[in-house]
Amino acid sequence: MQFRHKIAGGDFAKAGNVASSLKKVLRQLNIDHTVSKRIVIALYEGEVNVVAHAYSGVIEVEIDEEKVKINITDKGPGIIDIEKAMKEGYSTATSQVREMGFGAGMGLSNMKKNSDLMKISSVPGEGTIVELLNYIRPDAR
Amino acid sequence: MTIKEITDRIDGKVICCEEKLANSVEYAFASDLMSDVLTIEKENMVLITGLANLQTIRTSEMSDISCIIFARDKKIGEEMVTLARENNMILVESPHSVFHISGELYKAGLKSIY
Repeated sequence: MQFRHKIAGGDFAKAGNVASSLKKVLRQLNIDHTVSKRIVIALYEGEVNVVAHAYSGVIEVEIDEEKVKINITDKGPGIIDIEKAMKEGYSTATSQVREMGFGAGMGLSNMKKNSDLMKISSVPGEGTIVELLNYIRPDAR
Repeated sequence: MTIKEITDRIDGKVICCEEKLANSVEYAFASDLMSDVLTIEKENMVLITGLANLQTIRTSEMSDISCIIFARDKKIGEEMVTLARENNMILVESPHSVFHISGELYKAGLKSIY
């Protein structure tokens, strides 16, 4: 099963729509609640990141019997120092993002915590790709 | 503690999903920082917050929070109510501060997460 969603940078009203629809799909597929909650939270954080930092983005979700793979690709400023960005508390978010309840520098580390595998690559000035992988069976982690 | 008992103690006005007031919760968490809310693994809790926007509802949806208390009469917009209703979420407005609400509910026996 595959999905592809486009997201617009700055559109806070829609941030979370993709995670919300994935949540419903995972529920229909009877995926373990703890497993699906981790996936949905990681994706939601990723979605908020694109809305907060990028100009536009695409989210691709691929579900098979073993795993859920999510690729979040954005066009935006990119991340200059990924190691620093992964550190809790480091943030480049604007005051608008903070007003929405985010921007405390916790997003990437929470995405890592809620995925079994996370890979980030970025080209400053072009954009960022975050790949998330979660195994469906809770004991497969 | 039932949501009805909670709303009575904080002079709460129920904005959405009144039919679920008999549901009960064990824990409470107070924060305006949604990133912090998203790190909580526990369920069966109410969120006490001063942040009233769509992302408060979205965050609660992702975290399976079934009741949100908005402190200091923060106004809940129509879009927020629609989204909360879709997710069977109870929304409550209280005139009191986050500190006051937290104190009352802690005293009444709601458990803290950390």
